[in-house]
Amino acid sequence: MLLRIKKHPIIDFKDSERISFYFNDTKLHGFKGDSIASALHAAGIKKLTTSLKYDRPRGFFCGIGKCSSCLMKVNKVPNVRTCIAPLNNGIRVETQEKLADWPDVEFKSKSKETANVDILVVGAGPAGLCASLEAAGQGASVLLVDENQTVGGQLVKQTHKFFGSKQEKAGTRGIQIAIDLENDLKKFEQNGKIKVMMDSTAIGYYEGDKEKQHKFAVVKREVYENTLYEVNCRAAIFACGAMENMLLFPGNDLPGVYGAGAVQTLMNVFGVKPGKKVIMVGAGNVGLIVSYQLLQAGIEVDRVVEAMPQIGGYHVHAAKLRRCGVPILTSHSIKEVYGNGKVEGAVIVKLDNNWQPVKGSEEKINCDTICLAVGLTPSTRFLYQVGAEMEFIPEAGGYVALHDDSMHTTIKGIYVAGDSSGIEEASTAMIEGKIAGLSAAISLGYKKKGDSSLKKQHMGELDRLRAGPFGEKPRIGKHKISKLLGKRHV
Amino acid sequence: MSSHEKTGVLSTKDLKLPSKEHLEKGVAIIECIQEIPCDPCVASCPVNAISMKNINALPVVDFEKCIGCGKCVGFCPGLAIFVIKSRDDKALITLPYEFLPVPEVGDTVKALDRWGNIRCDGTIKQVLKKGKTMVITVEVRTDLAMEIRNIRVYA
Ligand SMILES: Cc1cc2nc3c(=O)[nH]c(=O)nc-3n(C[C@H](O)[C@H](O)[C@H](O)COP(=O)(O)OP(=O)(O)OC[C@H]3O[C@@H](n4cnc5c(N)ncnc54)[C@H](O)[C@@H]3O)c2cc1C
Ligand code: SF4
Ligand code: SF4
Ligand code: FES
Repeated sequence: MLLRIKKHPIIDFKDSERISFYFNDTKLHGFKGDSIASALHAAGIKKLTTSLKYDRPRGFFCGIGKCSSCLMKVNKVPNVRTCIAPLNNGIRVETQEKLADWPDVEFKSKSKETANVDILVVGAGPAGLCASLEAAGQGASVLLVDENQTVGGQLVKQTHKFFGSKQEKAGTRGIQIAIDLENDLKKFEQNGKIKVMMDSTAIGYYEGDKEKQHKFAVVKREVYENTLYEVNCRAAIFACGAMENMLLFPGNDLPGVYGAGAVQTLMNVFGVKPGKKVIMVGAGNVGLIVSYQLLQAGIEVDRVVEAMPQIGGYHVHAAKLRRCGVPILTSHSIKEVYGNGKVEGAVIVKLDNNWQPVKGSEEKINCDTICLAVGLTPSTRFLYQVGAEMEFIPEAGGYVALHDDSMHTTIKGIYVAGDSSGIEEASTAMIEGKIAGLSAAISLGYKKKGDSSLKKQHMGELDRLRAGPFGEKPRIGKHKISKLLGKRHV
Repeated sequence: MSSHEKTGVLSTKDLKLPSKEHLEKGVAIIECIQEIPCDPCVASCPVNAISMKNINALPVVDFEKCIGCGKCVGFCPGLAIFVIKSRDDKALITLPYEFLPVPEVGDTVKALDRWGNIRCDGTIKQVLKKGKTMVITVEVRTDLAMEIRNIRVYA
């Protein structure tokens, strides 16, 4: 219970039902709403699996279902991503040594279900939610799938107030924006325009009639029994978000080295402290914001180290942290992390002008958590499979699908929005979602008076948000994308 | 590179400071010095004392218009606005606060500067709980009016 957050200045953690489960034959307790990994973590269990080659202990890393470092066997089903799998009463969770045994319980004599819709939206983050709402508002039928238990994507852990302008809900906390969007969604669920499938993963693209129809496979999990859905749609919008980047250093796989998103999820969604003392790596906005949120959860942040000679995130975020007494060391990095089976400390080092470690500047720090906030990479696997033209755009965070200003890719009827189309932030993700949803609906014939001025308004809003110095990177990224697209498709 | 880009800490040289008369009246000081896409401070002010050329421009306070009401302090998502009212020997600092425990009027707390260093004791004069960001007024020594930007409350 020591790791459960009881009181929080921003989040009202409600008491929920206590449930019991088994971990390798030991009976443990968690709460309804926990993920399996959060319940294990709260019970002090950080090692979830073992690495394939060298038997190294592995804990979770991304915490959002994207890295596979948390795979365990649950009720005999192997390879369950325990970071996003809900904790249920009486389940049996087992560590799976390396490769899993062949499952004998999944898909048991169950036939597939079929869903036919106008538009499939993959991902219920800010981008996917806004895309769904906008498309349904035009009259299109929408199926929204997301592999988490609750809608909101990364919003559900963003306890800080948003920047931007009123249209993007500036001044409102991310967690509240998620609730507002969910309420809007419910209205469309009631009139049947949007069907929402949570705890469901879109797993593959299949041959459809490409001109008219796309076919996707979606797996819906119900207490670890899966149902396979064949989804036929006339358009699809990929709003799959992004994946946290890893950093190379000895010990980077020890349980206790977590992505900043994982830490944010653990403490702000599940109310579980990641540890007692944290070193944050990276002073971009994510690193600064998550550090401040760690303090709010009552966790010590020893320092923030940043390899660049200057702080990358907003000054206002850095200032909030500094006046609480947390040092931010620029031109510093992490040299190694040590510990017996879990993080026990780290060595940090100063970097010279050529990014080389300065000899003798090493400092050893005892801590139990290392948090990496060193950038994100767009989640694009589906776009490859669909056959969209991909290009490496450093300013967008990696490979992205080429898309026009309607967020349409090079494959007819396939759209992208949000982080998956280039790393940015939640306000722009919402607008991109609106543009994609609106464009997809219009292309299918769901037209309304004032469509084109609405689209122009959204685009103008995007330009405004990207106009400042911090918008330079996405501005360049999006410019490169449209230039490449223009070159190839004139 | 200015030093705050390395440290995250502003000095008074980075800010446009109000006159002695304005400080006696009590005015908002906005410590938001980068062009970020953000503007809720403008709409939060009941007397339109904050202006901005466009959403990325820097907010500017008209110290003549500002009545020191502190509304903007609780609205700014960057927690970057402070109201300073300084008299002969005491100064009142109104600041945003998002931690537990919440102090009560009359409590003695530690007053911290932009580096997070404890500089003196402060007395809590007002606690406004409108949203989750509390707006707290603490009384400190006048000579530290431009330094104190945070409080620490011990349970
Ligand atoms: C740790 C962290 C902190 C951040 N902090 C901030 C911040 O403070 N402010 C800010 O503006 N931005 C922040 N961001 C950036 C953030 O990613 C964006 O703000 C925003 O959430 C992007 O929206 P999105 O809808 O594109 O993606 P997301 O919000 O990530 O949503 C994507 C959703 O798609 C789901 N999904 C993906 N693939 C599939 C599939 N195959 N099947 C089913 N579902 C799938 C995911 O589970 C997820 O729920 C942060 C990001 C991270 C990782
Ligand atoms: S203190 Fe009140 S009057 Fe002054 S700028 Fe803020 S909101 Fe406006
Ligand atoms: S609301 Fe705060 S962070 Fe936003 S522009 Fe105004 S002062 Fe800056
Ligand atoms: S997939 Fe679970 S920690 Fe990354």
